[in-house]
Amino acid sequence: MTEIVMSQTPPILHGPSEKERKYDRQLRLWAASGQAALESANILLLNSGAGTVGAESLKNLVLPGIGRFAIYDEAEVSEADLGVNFFLDDSCLGKPRSQSLTELITELNPDVQGTWYPNEDVKTLDSLLSDSPVFTVIMYTHPIRPEQLSRIEAYGQQHKTPLVAIHSAGFYSYFQINLPGAFPIVDTHPDETATTDLRLLTPWPELVAFADELTRDIDGLDNYEHGHLPYVVILLHYLEKWKAAHDGEYPASYDEKIEFRKIVQDAARTNNPEGGEENFDEAAAAVLKTLVPPSLPSGLRKVFEYEHTDPVEQRSGFWLIADAVKQFYDKHKCLPLSGKVPDMKAQSKVYIRLQNIYKDKARKDAAEILQTVQAAPGGERVDPAEVDLFCKNAAFVKLINATGGGGDAKISKAERLRSAAARESVNHETAAPTFSPLSLLPIYLALQATAHHVDSPASADKILAAIAAQVPGAEKDERVVQAAEEVARAGGGELHNIAALTGGMVAQEMIKIITKQYIPIDNTCVFDGIWSRAHVLEL
Amino acid sequence: MASGEVHAASEAARWTYLDRVRTRPGPFTNLDSFNGSMVAQAMENMKILVIGAGGLGCEILKNLALSGFKDIHVIDMDTIDISNLNRQFLFRQSDVGKSKAEVAARFVEKRVKGVKITPHNCKIQDFDEDFYMQFQLIVCGLDSIEARRWINAMVVNMVDEDNEDSYKPLIDGGTEGFKGQARVIYPTVTSCIECQLDMHAPRAAVPLCTLASIPRQPEHCIEWAHVIAWDQEKPFPKLDKDDPEHITWLYQKALERAQEFNIPGVTYSLTQGVVKNIIPAIAATNSVIAAACCNEVLKIASNCAPPLGMPDANNYMMYSGNDSIYTYTFQPERKEDCPVCGNLARDLPVDPAWTLRELVESFAARPEAQLKTPSVRAEGKTLYMQSPPSLEAQTRRNLDKTLVELGLEEGQEIAVSDPAFATVIFRFKLKFKPS
Ligand SMILES: [Zn+2]
Repeated sequence: MTEIVMSQTPPILHGPSEKERKYDRQLRLWAASGQAALESANILLLNSGAGTVGAESLKNLVLPGIGRFAIYDEAEVSEADLGVNFFLDDSCLGKPRSQSLTELITELNPDVQGTWYPNEDVKTLDSLLSDSPVFTVIMYTHPIRPEQLSRIEAYGQQHKTPLVAIHSAGFYSYFQINLPGAFPIVDTHPDETATTDLRLLTPWPELVAFADELTRDIDGLDNYEHGHLPYVVILLHYLEKWKAAHDGEYPASYDEKIEFRKIVQDAARTNNPEGGEENFDEAAAAVLKTLVPPSLPSGLRKVFEYEHTDPVEQRSGFWLIADAVKQFYDKHKCLPLSGKVPDMKAQSKVYIRLQNIYKDKARKDAAEILQTVQAAPGGERVDPAEVDLFCKNAAFVKLINATGGGGDAKISKAERLRSAAARESVNHETAAPTFSPLSLLPIYLALQATAHHVDSPASADKILAAIAAQVPGAEKDERVVQAAEEVARAGGGELHNIAALTGGMVAQEMIKIITKQYIPIDNTCVFDGIWSRAHVLEL
Repeated sequence: MASGEVHAASEAARWTYLDRVRTRPGPFTNLDSFNGSMVAQAMENMKILVIGAGGLGCEILKNLALSGFKDIHVIDMDTIDISNLNRQFLFRQSDVGKSKAEVAARFVEKRVKGVKITPHNCKIQDFDEDFYMQFQLIVCGLDSIEARRWINAMVVNMVDEDNEDSYKPLIDGGTEGFKGQARVIYPTVTSCIECQLDMHAPRAAVPLCTLASIPRQPEHCIEWAHVIAWDQEKPFPKLDKDDPEHITWLYQKALERAQEFNIPGVTYSLTQGVVKNIIPAIAATNSVIAAACCNEVLKIASNCAPPLGMPDANNYMMYSGNDSIYTYTFQPERKEDCPVCGNLARDLPVDPAWTLRELVESFAARPEAQLKTPSVRAEGKTLYMQSPPSLEAQTRRNLDKTLVELGLEEGQEIAVSDPAFATVIFRFKLKFKPS
């Protein structure tokens, strides 16, 4: 076990590097580890249709410094491109769109490498896919020719490459993430306020002893010391008193907690110059939030209950650690401690001691889990830093695409769509679904119906007929009819704003997937530019 | 002649996709206000003002140019910094130090044929009502709440009920990390930015005694260096938050203090973040929010679909991308006691035992006020004036008197003003509430 020693020598006082300065505003979101992941990524954009949403997505990845990209686009730049795509200008007319886009997008960031296809040497999508190093993620835009789509899907399965399908037309858009298997995220960046886990109902001996030491003579403390007791210590003290008066039981019901809160409030001194004590205010305010017995968060429950079908996946670092954490949970009936202590009114020394008591416990828990991991076959390869990170975030670990990885036999796309339609409609009984006003599934259905309309735009009737073939009865729903009319109005064309907005959302999700930080959508996001609203659906 | 025709044909071809949507009604188009054959010309003739040429501003200029607008003005007083380059995509390394408004305008003009962009390298406060009156729409991509409040007060004050052209829709965007919001303000019709101020509450300041004697967090050590050590030692004549030498000095001071108290976590980056109050920003989120704003501009200008902000409709879209994607589009309430667009005084709970100083200082932290240099008057008397200096000197002695000693009464109205919002009188009704 590594001992953490507080270094007494100051770190070298140097300012940030040129690169750190350029990327400062994003390093504050995903740190150097996220940046390194971005910089080693190699992505492909298969661009078709009006082609703006692909360019906008790419722009938002090139700016933060994605490693490399390739664009495959068979179109030549036309007049119509110039009114919608910012990364093309008059001098590009008639040239390969992939070439012009690559030139004007790589110009945004000299750290990024971009290549374009088809070209003299690589003439087809097939040869690009078979001759290139494996892509980290592939984005493709609709409408797309069916044979290209199947080629991409086959590649995704073969290489376990995440695919992102994107479709933007008129005021509507959607994008869909197709992950190759269950996708766990440890570094989910929960809100600061959600992360407080103080274990006040299950304190360990060192914490009990510390609280006891500070409160043994609580009434004899001078006003300064009394007014600077950390609220954790105040709560532990009065909880002990409560237990003594209640057969060793903690306040459990809401009413009991309110009663307990009153006891804490009343214990504050008011005969001081301030007429009250902030630390007791903090203690009272924390009662309802912190007096909760340990429980298993739903995200982690999903991880614990996940059934593996892929033995390679099962031996990965994440799953070995997850398994060890599960054993820990079964044994101790609680998760490893995160070790975080929120700021609270206290003297510096006292607070730092308290912080160290939590950190020590967290370190011990992590060490126990590391031991379990290392005892498992393959566990010796697991990086202890990965174990630490998991333990710190255990309560917020998330599993995306849990059903896509295995378990159920593959259901067909059409079947999934029909069951989603049933879920999203307010009326399950009748043959014709009536979609709830909040659902944006009608927009998805209408866009999907034009997924392969590469050469000629579809009329509203044609769109409705295609929807009827997929989800019988849906074509009668008023909201579906309106969505079809709106998609028909666009005639396969993009509005720049909707393409840019969608490209922003796609880039956010790409960044989450590549850095394995924050929580990606699971799995389809539809945007309605008429009423300015997004809706995430699991399709 | 021939070249003119070729040009017209190529113009039409260029806007093929946009014209399909803006010139033809859809199922949601309000046919009473829509005239498809006139839309393109009407939009070409419109004058649009963009405030801010930063992360959102660059996107907004691009989006408006590709939405068919031809006459755009942009105001920004900032120059380009290296930390802008990860998202402000109209700027290059070689532009560092130049005017944002000018570089952005030139870039978009060069890329999109036929658009005219007029840059103004100055503050919004440098212009008066006559300047703002020439625009049909104003789009804001700002990072300062103060500037937003200023332009909001301007557009509300410009409203003249007898002049339809005096209503300037204000479309405002803001981002932080993976989150953001886009809103449409119709002055005096929808709620305004001042009505919604409490949704953007300032971060609570750390008490001075914590900084001075009981620091616990790295941020406390940094604030100590910034607020206390700097004043005591004055290592440079004036703190320049963009000067690495100054930040290094603060970092070193904070580090020494942290070591004295055994507090881990002080870094250069954190020091810079705390001192400059840096908000994380990425291209992707700016792209979402700027486009959401410009989508509303297109709808307002063309009537081809209903925009946000119509009577009894939503006018605010909140966007969050941290955990999946979530939007909430709603209608914040217009407040009768809004100091900018309402006409009632707002209740102000105060302790009658407070000194006037305590009252004056409390306005900075109140989420619904956020006034840093307030002057206070009551009916018939001036209580405290920040300027001119002669008046400040005369009224200063009031600061140590209690509200009761000053003769203020329960239910009495006071008027507060602040030079940052020169045209606004914040009216409050005192509600005595001993603490
Ligand atoms: Zn208002």
